[in-house]
Amino acid sequence: MRNSIKFLLGSEPRELSGIDPTLTVLDYLQQIERRTGTKEGCCEGDCGACTIVVGTPDGDRLQYRAVNACIMLAASLDGCQLLTVEELAGADGKLHPVQQAMVAAHGSQCGFCTPGFVMSLFALYQETDTAPEVEDVNDALAGNLCRCTGYGPIITAARTMHDLADGPDKFEQGIKTTLEALRSLADEETIHIQGPDGRVLYAPASLDALADLLAEHPDATLVAGATDVGLWITKALKKLDTVIWLGRIAALRGVRETDAGLEIGAMTTYSDAAAAIAALYPDFGEVIRRIGSVPLRNVGTIGGNIANGSPIGDTLPPLIAAGATLILRRGGTRRSLKLENFFIGYGKQDLKAGEFVESVILPRPAPDTRLYCYKISKRFDQDISAVLGAFSLKITDGKVEAARIAYGGMAATPKRASATEAALVGKAWTRETVEQAVESLRKDFTPLDDMRASAQYRMQVAGNLLLKTWLESQSDGADGLETRIMPTRETANA
Amino acid sequence: MPDDMNQIKGGVHQAVAHDSAARHVSGSAIYVDDIPEPRDLLHAYMGMSDRAHARIKKLDLSEVEAAPGVVSVLSARDIVGENDISPAHTKDEPVFAAEVTEFVGQPLFVVGAETRDQARRAARLAKVDYAELPAITDLDAALAKKATVAPPQELKRGNAAAAIEAAPHRLSGRIRTGGQEHFYLEGQIAMALPGEGDEMRVFSSTQHPSEVQQSVARVLGLADNMVTVETRRMGGAFGGKESQPSLFATVAAMVARDAGRPAKIRPDRDDDMIMTGKRHDFIIDYEVGFDNAGRILGVDYKLASNCGYSADLSAAINGRALFHLDNCYYLPAARMKALPLKTNRPSNTAFRGFGGPQGMAAGERVIDEIAFALGLDPLEVRKRNLYGVGERNETPYGQIVEDNVIPEIIGELEKSADYAARRREIAGFNEKSPYLKKGIALTPVKFGIAFTARHLNQAGALVHVYTDGSIHLNHGGTEMGQGLMTKVAQVVAEEFQVDLEHVVVSAARTDKVPNTSPTAASSGSDLNGKAAQLAARQIKDRLTAFAAEHYEVSADSIEFLPNRVRVGNQEIPFPDLVQQAYMARISLSAAGFYKTPKIHFDFETGQGRPFFYYAYGAAVSEVTIDTLTGEYRVDRVDILHDVGRSLNPALDLGQIEGGFIQGMGWVTSEELVWSDDGRLLTHAPSTYKIPTCGDRPRDFRINLLEGAANREDTIYASKAVGEPPLMLALSVLHALSDAVASVGRHKTCPRLDLPATPEVILAAVARVRGEAQDD
Repeated sequence: MRNSIKFLLGSEPRELSGIDPTLTVLDYLQQIERRTGTKEGCCEGDCGACTIVVGTPDGDRLQYRAVNACIMLAASLDGCQLLTVEELAGADGKLHPVQQAMVAAHGSQCGFCTPGFVMSLFALYQETDTAPEVEDVNDALAGNLCRCTGYGPIITAARTMHDLADGPDKFEQGIKTTLEALRSLADEETIHIQGPDGRVLYAPASLDALADLLAEHPDATLVAGATDVGLWITKALKKLDTVIWLGRIAALRGVRETDAGLEIGAMTTYSDAAAAIAALYPDFGEVIRRIGSVPLRNVGTIGGNIANGSPIGDTLPPLIAAGATLILRRGGTRRSLKLENFFIGYGKQDLKAGEFVESVILPRPAPDTRLYCYKISKRFDQDISAVLGAFSLKITDGKVEAARIAYGGMAATPKRASATEAALVGKAWTRETVEQAVESLRKDFTPLDDMRASAQYRMQVAGNLLLKTWLESQSDGADGLETRIMPTRETANA
Repeated sequence: MPDDMNQIKGGVHQAVAHDSAARHVSGSAIYVDDIPEPRDLLHAYMGMSDRAHARIKKLDLSEVEAAPGVVSVLSARDIVGENDISPAHTKDEPVFAAEVTEFVGQPLFVVGAETRDQARRAARLAKVDYAELPAITDLDAALAKKATVAPPQELKRGNAAAAIEAAPHRLSGRIRTGGQEHFYLEGQIAMALPGEGDEMRVFSSTQHPSEVQQSVARVLGLADNMVTVETRRMGGAFGGKESQPSLFATVAAMVARDAGRPAKIRPDRDDDMIMTGKRHDFIIDYEVGFDNAGRILGVDYKLASNCGYSADLSAAINGRALFHLDNCYYLPAARMKALPLKTNRPSNTAFRGFGGPQGMAAGERVIDEIAFALGLDPLEVRKRNLYGVGERNETPYGQIVEDNVIPEIIGELEKSADYAARRREIAGFNEKSPYLKKGIALTPVKFGIAFTARHLNQAGALVHVYTDGSIHLNHGGTEMGQGLMTKVAQVVAEEFQVDLEHVVVSAARTDKVPNTSPTAASSGSDLNGKAAQLAARQIKDRLTAFAAEHYEVSADSIEFLPNRVRVGNQEIPFPDLVQQAYMARISLSAAGFYKTPKIHFDFETGQGRPFFYYAYGAAVSEVTIDTLTGEYRVDRVDILHDVGRSLNPALDLGQIEGGFIQGMGWVTSEELVWSDDGRLLTHAPSTYKIPTCGDRPRDFRINLLEGAANREDTIYASKAVGEPPLMLALSVLHALSDAVASVGRHKTCPRLDLPATPEVILAAVARVRGEAQDD
């Protein structure tokens, strides 16, 4: 057991013990370090004013990723380098190229969102060598809201920041020292933090340690990326008695290619899973690209999305339509089940006390089968779905041989459209068939009105998405006509 | 000669960077929450009403008082002075509800505790016993009930009813414009520090330090001179910090006074959105009579606005809505009525445009309706109705449009944006594309500049020149990101002919420049720039007189050259002359005072000249919609905007682009959703969607109108720029409308209400298609 967390704040080592186990990184910065450059805009990961960059060792380099400080547990900094806006300028006060570019482009007005933008741009700077494409800039900045500039000057800053580089920046120059310092922090001990009021956090470093802890604390709150649990803390003011943070368990992270398909560890972040999934299912890849924003995708996990079981979890309809299988583990015992059977009711999953999601198996597409996915939301980027439709169709000789259709936002859980599927299978894949099948959606779903959309809109769009699937299946793109309001990134980059 | 001898660095008309830019990007710009916290600081948090309208039978705060860390708990009965923070002195806006609560989120009490977390948790522990009263929770209900927060207003010109009656064509309809949350990135915040005796010093994120000063004094029962308010900068405001900050400053000061300790309050984003007012939503009914050419002959508008529970600034906002129904169009006969309606919602307030956008949206809808009725291109109808130059130039409120540049702007923009050719291309695209449809629209803006409340059109500035030649500048304007401090400093640098780096701007403080007006109505640089210029000129005159006497030359031979002064045949560095003047006991400090000339308005007759001048602009937007989902994208926007002779083109372009995108949010994705019992359901960025980076038009071209010096005597012939560009975004609404109309072969006016969310677009597509089939 280790009773502290250790990380680097810039280049300075920090060791924290006895902190509130659910202290957020933002509160740590503002209350303990008295660093005020990182701003609080919303405290729910939706505005980006608190964006910081976290560096983790990745072979002989450092991977720098933008994350939201407001809903990130300070404990999850263990073993990382934390960079805030105050770190970027040189010792002589010279601004980093990213900062220079923002000044030159008039990229700040009120300045309150600016540190967050600077940090998102800094992460993008580290990840690119030349001017990023506008689409990539939009993607990198989708999690940063600015109410003043209209974004144009910030995009210009992103496009020109590399021009202002004066050789490798200080982070690149110091990479060896940083890596050594970070490696010296790593160990396999379970972290145990006990706060002043007795609440505790554990961070095991292995699956076995996790299984043991869960046996001991079956009611513990498991925390993955904290993109949802973070809000229980900052908004509902929940006092979680026992928290187990899963971020140190290497065995839960990563995508393995198997004969069956992809075995995605529960703690694999959206960012880390995206490429492998997109390679098999381009539309699913696009869905992942539109989950939250880069800072959220850098911490949010596939397993967290599943275990959370939200009716509007964006990975769930595509996973269900693609026929994913869930692997659950409790102590030394594993069981598997079809993902759609995991969701029992609103907020209720088939998960026993002490059991956790270990991985999900995403099968390869069957021959002649294609997965179409559409996410519909009020705002295109960084919004929660009103409706998400996923359609896996096997069409042979103009006939629907198999159909797996799942929707999000249409029921209390992500759910298959069984009646609609039945109305399609065995029929000729024609517009008439589709129009008739759409009628069956009413048997499958009774959606609700809420602040995102009305029930009527949801139902109409759900049907239209099936029609859109048909339309897209008819077009090979040769007519040059777009079918989607925003080209998918593949098309945009082609 | 070195460059700095030819021209100063950072004078007027130069595109210099925002004075805080380097601090913004380094995280070292200080906002209220970043001020080093004083010893013994208490953190305050407010407890809120959970009912839209109810009698408070019992407010039990015993658990709040007993909660860990709690030092001070105060409610209405603890107010020593007046329980009133109404900005227009209507006495209808208490700090805390005493007997009756009038909206969900209304403050009931404040708790001060050792930490913010303790205060926030304690604030949730109150036990309130309510007796529910009938509530008016939306504008439709308010319209039925017709309870108002301020008197109805009317503007009239000629006999509209008769003109409509006699017109060859008539039509009528209704448009709804939604509310809008300001979503300043920095939420409301204030910190109060008790001083000696009754003194109270308040740091507030406010556009209106003087009003905060008066509110704090009134509530604490003190004279104004006991309270000093300071505002260095805000992290965005947009009108949301014109009257709203009084509440937060006041409760912080109450806790500070009660506990004898400094106190800070910073609500969580959700609570901020729930407690504070927003842009007014409007329902506007119109009836118009027009001729065969589409020219308006008479029009009747009935405006109903959702003011929330109190008057706040609603009377002036309704007035400005009326003043902008005409937009750029001559209305030979008009009757315009506004009803400021009461609802059980937070009191709606100032928001960039201040009623203007809502009025203008209705004016543009009427144009659209006429175009559809006659089968004309809406742009043609717009052009036929424009105010004339020298004729057809009187507004319904009697002001003559003397500075009309809109025909020129439209003409230039139509050409540079290639409007006609693109309209043809779009028609071709729509023929071929079965589900994605494009639309294009050009809409103009004319926006009246001046506070319609005449007394607010005044400003003060204070300029000190120190003996080393460095200059300290202070004025009543506040910095919220618009670059006001930079612009006014440029003015002072220009006056003294010194490089901008020698001028330091300082926080607005009520003890430096008193009785200030809010930084609002786009007037910040017009008013404060002039006041600072007048202050600088006094010192300059004294320096000139001194130099003439000292060097025994005539005053005409003295000239302020870049960073030096020519005195007769010699040139003296500016700091040297200043030092000499000091030694000769010349005062090097001056206060400047400015009031806007020419303006007057008779609210009885509805006639006068409420505006000093108008700012103009126009935009062409092109969009694509998906008729299967209602989703859309903005493909291209071209803007040509009139800022007079720009004080700072970089800052002005920033205002135009930012204002446009904010307006685009208002007309597209920013939807406030309320429950039937008066709860705001979209109270965080997870549910309330302002534009992101990717929503920005793919192709965005912004130009300033060239050679457009303001014909009125404004600061260096510039024009105000804060609000007008927001309304350019109506072009997006009309482009969406054009795209929707294509599914009905442009026979039916889509009558898009706003915000035109994907759901609204999809419904309009179905309606327009249905009506086209019925034909």
